[in-house]
Amino acid sequence: MEQNVSLLGRDILDIESLTQDEIELIMSTAQEMKKIMKSGMKKVDYLKGKSIITLFYEASTRTRTSFESAGKYLGADVVNINTASSSVTKGECLRDTVLVLENMDCDAVVIRTPLEGASAYAAKIGKPIVINAGDGAHAHPSQALLDLFTLYEVGKNDLKGKKMVIVGDILYSRVARSNIAMWKKFGADIHVCGPMTLLPHDIAALGVTVDKKVEDALHDADVVDVLRIQLERQKSGLFPTPREYSRQYGVNDERLKLCKQDVTVLHPGPMNRGLEISYGVGYCENAAIRTQVNNGVAVRMALLYLTLKGR
Amino acid sequence: MKILIKNGRVVDPSQKMDKVCDIYIKDGKVVLIGKNIQRNADEVFDATGLVVIPGLIDVHTHLREPGYEAKETIATGTMAAAAGGVTTVACMPNTLPVCDNSIVVSGIKERAARSGYAHVEVVGAITKGLAGKELAEMADMAEKGAMAFSDDGHYVKSSRLFNLAAKYVTAFGKPLICHAIDPELDSDGYMHEGEVSAKNGLPGVPALAEDIAVARDVLIAEYTGAHVHIAHCASKRALDIIRQAKKRGVNVSCEVTVHHLTLTDAACADYNTSAKINPPLRSQEHVDACRVAVLDGTASAIVTDHSPHCPEEKDVEFRNAPNGFPGLETSLAVILTDLYHTKIFDLKTIIQKMSCEPAKLFGIPGGTLKVGSVADVAIIDLDKEWTINQDNFYSKCHMSPYNGKTCRGKAVATILAGNFVMKEGKVIHHA
Repeated sequence: MEQNVSLLGRDILDIESLTQDEIELIMSTAQEMKKIMKSGMKKVDYLKGKSIITLFYEASTRTRTSFESAGKYLGADVVNINTASSSVTKGECLRDTVLVLENMDCDAVVIRTPLEGASAYAAKIGKPIVINAGDGAHAHPSQALLDLFTLYEVGKNDLKGKKMVIVGDILYSRVARSNIAMWKKFGADIHVCGPMTLLPHDIAALGVTVDKKVEDALHDADVVDVLRIQLERQKSGLFPTPREYSRQYGVNDERLKLCKQDVTVLHPGPMNRGLEISYGVGYCENAAIRTQVNNGVAVRMALLYLTLKGR
Repeated sequence: MKILIKNGRVVDPSQKMDKVCDIYIKDGKVVLIGKNIQRNADEVFDATGLVVIPGLIDVHTHLREPGYEAKETIATGTMAAAAGGVTTVACMPNTLPVCDNSIVVSGIKERAARSGYAHVEVVGAITKGLAGKELAEMADMAEKGAMAFSDDGHYVKSSRLFNLAAKYVTAFGKPLICHAIDPELDSDGYMHEGEVSAKNGLPGVPALAEDIAVARDVLIAEYTGAHVHIAHCASKRALDIIRQAKKRGVNVSCEVTVHHLTLTDAACADYNTSAKINPPLRSQEHVDACRVAVLDGTASAIVTDHSPHCPEEKDVEFRNAPNGFPGLETSLAVILTDLYHTKIFDLKTIIQKMSCEPAKLFGIPGGTLKVGSVADVAIIDLDKEWTINQDNFYSKCHMSPYNGKTCRGKAVATILAGNFVMKEGKVIHHA
């Protein structure tokens, strides 16, 4: 790897704007961070004196908590803004909110928003580094990075030609878009499957293969990423019933047998057990879902460290 | 005021004229056109090397007054027009109060006559309050000079009500201008559904939303005989539907916008709210179809859909931004740069669609330099190189998807009813 690769001072907004070298740097840094996490003394002073604010306009357990933990393990001060009890409820716009945080001399803002492009917009407004923790259906770069890290850990270091399958709601999924962008960079063979109403009309633009039957998608798969099905989608008429979804697209024990024996099952969480993923698959030995959560902290430590401190 | 314009290339498709000559203007009228006119004039304008055309007519704008003066006023909107060589604008009724009665029609006309820098034609609402429930007093508004009727910004969702409106206006022969976009399909998204939306994750609206709505309105035009004019048509199939209907004699017409002729949805890839508009910027296939529609006569007018907003409204996340941006001071320059100098449109077609034809279509004055007509004139420099800077707009709204664009061609003077209202890009303020 080139020695001059650096993410110091960079916003992390999407996967497309990261080079392969930068991604590898994040992976190797996350490996070091994981050692700190496992050392029994998970407190270092690498980011001592840095302040990080998490600004979440959507509910989140793992993403927000893992960014907070990551910052704290590295010695930074982390403040969480709960938008439900902030000036956002008084109608403060994102521009002003970001400027308020900038004027508190905050160094990095971690933003989760339901609005596509809002993180990039925030990055243009203020001085703090912006880390996109999910913007609408656009991007969730830290998720794609932790998924890649998880695959590396189980020995899937070379994704070239690997059959990677994403099952579920592609249309509204930032996880799908970021993982597709990531896996394309590494030359994987990407398949998607879900109700046709939950696939973008012009999905060809994403350069993936659409499989109409989940069995075809899962056949010989190396990696299966099962997406969460938002129940609101059913309520707005995009598919008839959870029952039919589960029967047509649910990843269950029977269907998992169609995959390669060493298949890795990913799920960004939170899971709807019995809907998109069966109880058995969620806990099977091929499932890396709990490791994903653990790696989420390590990867986010790496992101905060590399953007705020350099390598 | 007597003005003598010397040695300009006069291009006036309304009288099939394209020759270098002089124009003499007196008491607000064109008095003489010819070579070497020798007359007393208060002002002699040397138009050597310049093109003299009938003032531009833009039949789709939002001047925002009354009610939304923070976005634009009749004065600032018509200053923008004057700056762009536009001498007549038609303003849409989505004001506050809504222009759905004759008092508001008269009020807008009166204010425009007092403080305007362009002629203002008024479009009244089809339904009371633009609510799509009951017909507005269209006959009364027509008597007070409304040019046409429209619920612009809203589709008249009820087929029954739109059919009634179409029947009703046939008594006094005024056109209905349709914002033909199926509202249910429209409510699903924020930009054109296509490759760009698939990538950037913004929910998209298919062009189908337009096609379906246009099809219904064309059928109602055919059934009632009313003149139905489709506003801001931006979809290939919708244009096909209109083209076929015109062939079989249906009284339907349409307009295309400057931006749908020159920009694609790529402008929204990075969530630039300046490029957020409805109908949305579409793919190149649709842009090409709009150009064909101008060339083959399917589209009668090129318009701006000038839609100014406040900075605090547009400087937000893409989904939260309202649709629209100002276009009056950039329309001619953009068309000349992207379509004339690239040899896609010729000058005659541009003047035809930006002046002569809309005047005829809506039966309003202007669109000609014939002797005896009102002296509304634009003088343009086809080769002037300049860069669009939104900070310099006369419009109150300083946000444009064309900001920073290098243009070739510009209106350098505008004459409104025999008086200069703009020279060298500077609006000449009322005494």
